Amino acid sequence: MRMNRRSFLQLATLAGGGMALRLYHLPTLDAQEKLPELTPQAFVHIAPDGITTIMARASESGQGMRNMLPMLIAEELDVDWKNVRVQQADLDESRYGRQFSGGSMNTPLGWDPMRRVGAAARQLLVATAAEQWNLPVSACTTAHGHVLHKATGRSASYGELASSAASRKAPPLDNVTLKDPSEYRIIGHSTQGVDIPAITTGKPLFGIDVELPGMLYASIQKAPVFAGKVKNANLDEIRKMPGIRHVFVIEGTIRPAAFTPWEPGIEPGIAIVADTWWQAQTARTQLKVDWDLGPAASQSSEGFRQRAKELLAEPPGNTVRTYGNVESSLHTAAKVVQATYEYPFIAHMTMEAQGATAHWKNGRMEMWSTSTQPENGRELVAQTLGIDKSAITTHMIRSGGSFGRRLQNDYLVEAAWIAKRVDAPVKLLWSREDDISHDGLRPGGTMGLMGGLDARGRLTHWRQHFITFGENHHLASGGGIGSDSYPAGFVPAYALYTSAQPLMLRTGALRAPGDNAYCWVAQSFLDEMAFAAGRDPLEFQLELLSNQRVPWTVGQPDAVGDHEPTGPSVLVPERFKGVLQLVAEKSGWATRKKQPGRGMGIAAWFCHLGYFAEVADVSVDKDNNVTVHNVWAAGDIGSQIINPRAAENMVQGGIMDGMSALGQEITLANGRIEQSNFHNHPILRMRQTPKIEVFWNRTHYPPTGLGEPSLPPVLPAVTNAIFAATGRRIRTLPLQRSGFNWA
Amino acid sequence: MLFKLKINQRIETVDVSPDTPLLWVLRDVLHLVGTKYGCGMGVCGACTVHLGDQAIRSCSIPVSALGDQPITTIEGLAEAERHPVQLAWESLDVPQCGYCQAGQIMSATALLHHTPHPTVEDIDAAMSGNLCRCGTYTRIREAIQHAASLGHTAAAHKTAHGE
Ligand code: FES
Ligand code: FES
Repeated sequence: MRMNRRSFLQLATLAGGGMALRLYHLPTLDAQEKLPELTPQAFVHIAPDGITTIMARASESGQGMRNMLPMLIAEELDVDWKNVRVQQADLDESRYGRQFSGGSMNTPLGWDPMRRVGAAARQLLVATAAEQWNLPVSACTTAHGHVLHKATGRSASYGELASSAASRKAPPLDNVTLKDPSEYRIIGHSTQGVDIPAITTGKPLFGIDVELPGMLYASIQKAPVFAGKVKNANLDEIRKMPGIRHVFVIEGTIRPAAFTPWEPGIEPGIAIVADTWWQAQTARTQLKVDWDLGPAASQSSEGFRQRAKELLAEPPGNTVRTYGNVESSLHTAAKVVQATYEYPFIAHMTMEAQGATAHWKNGRMEMWSTSTQPENGRELVAQTLGIDKSAITTHMIRSGGSFGRRLQNDYLVEAAWIAKRVDAPVKLLWSREDDISHDGLRPGGTMGLMGGLDARGRLTHWRQHFITFGENHHLASGGGIGSDSYPAGFVPAYALYTSAQPLMLRTGALRAPGDNAYCWVAQSFLDEMAFAAGRDPLEFQLELLSNQRVPWTVGQPDAVGDHEPTGPSVLVPERFKGVLQLVAEKSGWATRKKQPGRGMGIAAWFCHLGYFAEVADVSVDKDNNVTVHNVWAAGDIGSQIINPRAAENMVQGGIMDGMSALGQEITLANGRIEQSNFHNHPILRMRQTPKIEVFWNRTHYPPTGLGEPSLPPVLPAVTNAIFAATGRRIRTLPLQRSGFNWA
Repeated sequence: MLFKLKINQRIETVDVSPDTPLLWVLRDVLHLVGTKYGCGMGVCGACTVHLGDQAIRSCSIPVSALGDQPITTIEGLAEAERHPVQLAWESLDVPQCGYCQAGQIMSATALLHHTPHPTVEDIDAAMSGNLCRCGTYTRIREAIQHAASLGHTAAAHKTAHGE
């Protein structure tokens, strides 16, 4: 069962509506998972002039997947990167294997097969040349897109060999020879993002840029409350407005309930289709709608907070994991610290708002999708519209950011739904306000913590009661934690309990889901415990990581909600310690100055198979305005940093993203989301950007991904630094709720 | 209503309602989609273009308020060769998702036009109206400094040839 629960993206549960988003599994694929046999012919096309086109199979929303995966192929193919052209593949998982980007999984899942695809292509070219030359394959080598026979000085370009090589049968991928890493000429060498010239010159590139002949533009007015339905509206008046072609009521399929599943269905609303988007938007302002708001209108942040308080005082609803008799032994600890941590809902706010383009013609649906989970999108469209999956073509278009948002496909289903009713291609675009009020939010949460120390100041107990949302064991998406998440397993006595309250609201994965909240809680409370013990937080944590681990046992739940196990079952303590020690060294942790109003904080985390430790250097002025001056980050994502310059950019971005999250909050009143745009759900600006230095701890583990793991530690690094500067512990986010502001 | 606009050195005539923001005239009428929609209320900078030699937010200015000043968009920034700012962006590999970058580049070129050798404070002040959700600010700062040095070299080169 456990093998099965960990299987990659369990789409089987989709039909039940309760899709468990198990993106974050171990790097080795489950034995029983059936993947198509990949062929070099699917991925590599070499023209007679040697120009090599490599198909990028994953979606691109800024993590550099259009470079990283093709680089792996090009390396083993042994061509020069300057002769490579990257082309985005359409969705066809039978040809390309998994085509999704999430959970920082493209590197661990692509590292082996993509290199093997390149090596297999190379092998075909060598076999072709050897046959033509009547020489044994073993006598031939390759370099720079040529097959060579050193002894005779013979050389043939890949371009000459390609067409006959392509007709040969490809060797089985597990049967190819891979380069020794010392021979790498592409992996580990920075390549420029393949779309960068198009970006800097403003070429059409993003989902919002798709244009088709005769295309119409769509906008949807939804209820101010989740799943509210249309009772009546002045649709006839709207139809008469300039440029308006169609106006429809979308009945919707969502049923508000205590647990809102990952893809809850299509939201009700009014679709307006016009000649231009501005006309559709203008018409929207004249809409007069009588809404049936439904039960979600009773929800409020204040209500959630009250209920969380009550639940915290009650016996927990569910015991996830206990060991070491926490309840009976906590009172024997030399010192007990108790604290409640609280963090808010936050929104994704991708720079490009959600949208998609679709065209229904002759019984076929063609879609231009920015989804990072496009196959899931295709299935949802087929299911919602009652059409056959095979009648759907999906083009994968670059998006202006995902951060987990585009793992959900609601906007895609809407575009297809509208297109099916319109005799033209339709581009649906959400406004920024739509994007916030219909986001799949990162759920807020409350954690009641008790920690125990022994007489020597060692951490002995960790008891946590997690108040989240949902019903029974169905917990809100994107808000889970691993029941073996650090420091579970390292603390001698441990308990994790959960209680849930109903939530009628879409939630989902936000960059480093679960970890983006729990790392802040755990690494803040560890800092508190170290302080209570009168010890340095680094030394305190290094000691904890040296403890004999309490093993995870089969049958114990490995995660809460849709989180993936991240703890002792996969965490390597030496790697965790390695990044902590490196960041301490680079930041001058041991010799840091202690002065009022300025302080340094340290934190580390393991998630999505990557290890990061970060130190923040922060000052706080007399009005409690916070400035982050420096951040040092040390990462361990294995043996190779595949595209170093892009990798550094990604880490710096993760840090900015995590810092922004410290100041963000989505609140509800009468079921309505109160934030509407960047001015009241801000992201940090250039003047607030610290100096960020990135360091790598290379280890001998296979390379893993970088989209997520740099983000979580910066939140507690900054709040721990605020504590060092002011003596005030931040236990409630956003910062404003604890009396601080960004300078 | 008909409006005559001078965009990227060309005269364009568009028939739109007078309250249509320049952004949507560019994108949906003239099909110049390099200029991006981010917030629609002047707080993100994704829609930045030049009106004359000033960086403005095209989402917040209706077509009727443009007058006869020339407009430059990302597509018109460099006619023959890339602008030093574009070159710097490329050589430093600035973008992540890239969505904000046209706006960033338009703000940066306006900054360098008025202040060819900006200090870090000048850069932060001029660029803080442009959000980058991916957090590429560190690279953007470096690229502007790099472009300032490129621009300087290019200008010096030109003068040397001119004389
Ligand atoms: S779209 Fe104009 S400033 Fe944001
Ligand atoms: S590069 Fe993605 S928003 Fe700036």
